[in-house]
Amino acid sequence: MERKLRFKLVTGRWNPYVTGTSVVAIKYKDGILMAADMGGSYGYTLGYKSVERLKPVGKHSLLGASGEISDFQEILLYLDELILYDNVWDDLNSLGPKEVHSYLTRVMYNRRNKFNPLWNSLILGGVKIGQKYLGMVSMIGVNFEDNHVATGFGNHLARPILRDEWHDNLSFEDGVKLLEKCMRVLLYRDTTAVNKLQIAKITEESVTISQPYSLKTFWGYSAFQNLTVGDEGSWLDMVTGWAVTTME
Amino acid sequence: MTKQQANWSPYDNNGGSCVAIAGADYCVIAADTRMSSGYNILTREYSKICKLADKAVMASSGFQADVNALQKQLAAKHLTYQHQHNKQMSCPAMAQLLSNTLYYKRFFPYYAFNVLGGLDSEGKGCVFTYDAVGSYERVGYSSQGSGSTLIMPFLDNQLKSPSPLLLPAQDAVTPLSESEAVDLVKTVFASATERDIYTGDKLEIVVLNAGGIHREYMELRKD
Repeated sequence: MERKLRFKLVTGRWNPYVTGTSVVAIKYKDGILMAADMGGSYGYTLGYKSVERLKPVGKHSLLGASGEISDFQEILLYLDELILYDNVWDDLNSLGPKEVHSYLTRVMYNRRNKFNPLWNSLILGGVKIGQKYLGMVSMIGVNFEDNHVATGFGNHLARPILRDEWHDNLSFEDGVKLLEKCMRVLLYRDTTAVNKLQIAKITEESVTISQPYSLKTFWGYSAFQNLTVGDEGSWLDMVTGWAVTTME
Repeated sequence: MTKQQANWSPYDNNGGSCVAIAGADYCVIAADTRMSSGYNILTREYSKICKLADKAVMASSGFQADVNALQKQLAAKHLTYQHQHNKQMSCPAMAQLLSNTLYYKRFFPYYAFNVLGGLDSEGKGCVFTYDAVGSYERVGYSSQGSGSTLIMPFLDNQLKSPSPLLLPAQDAVTPLSESEAVDLVKTVFASATERDIYTGDKLEIVVLNAGGIHREYMELRKD
């Protein structure tokens, strides 16, 4: 029997290597919209700039992941197997998003039980027979479904916007606008975010994942011009005098 | 050389409060619907109440993934019981099963704080209260979860049961009517919501009586 390598042995330290940041998703009129940027951080540096963190699963679901990218890739392999064994029944029945979410929850929980977690927060969305479904699973198996979900920093920055502005039966255009608003805030305030993102849409008929694109940003605020140390809006640190700038 | 520290915990507290009150011929089980993690609210509409059998309803707060696993375990065992005995489990039987299931994981516990409510074989309300590793007792009322420290003293004041040490044994169930008990539950949650950050959003109330099972909701403060 193959013994799984344990990255955390006796004491409980587990270090992620390549990580993705927030994923944000909402229900809209025809299905689910999900957005994630394409950055793969390597500690404090940016290791990879074209990481696809949104993937279709079977006919009815879309999976978005943040956290350790290699674990996400392993989850995709598990799901490949799950969908394959469902397909070979050839019984005109297919796993819906609720079932896939339930499966992922069990996988994540069982790995945490063995003290060898998959270091991801997953968002699973989909539509089957008119029923929209959007759920989240964390790396220790905490799961729930809601009309809008997010991982990581998205919980702090995007969920409040969504709580205010999400409503039932959003049109596709309004949904995209709302998601882009969330992604823009994340881009400004999450240091590990990159300005290259994909938005995915899943409806009863199909899954579409957009080509990568960038959001327009604005840095021309008057408070950012002609800075002095300690100025309101300044990023010249009062204590050290070091200028801390964010990358455009 | 400093001692290595773990950088993750297999547990999380997803918060929330649960209450159950036993009456002469009914039982009220209630819990809020907020699910939190740290200072975040994950969702405002998550039910902590699970119907285990016709006459046994459990409300659990604590670590949600463990609560789910526990509920699945109990549901599976109940199904087996029904196949073998051709009947539903009674509330006291389910109470023992829950205790045993919790103790089974004594050395890697389910981080779940449970109250089990229902009707015993005489049709009287019964409430069982648990800790995370399965120690339990039958009581007239109980609360568990993040708001229990705020709720329990108030219930003690309003519903104080006679001591279980008295002889002859006196009934622990409250003489309150069903609607009075439901009102008390609503009051108690409104109060807990004021001061406990993990309690709020919505209150789910389940009432079990001879007529069956009845569910109602009440809005709570969302801050």
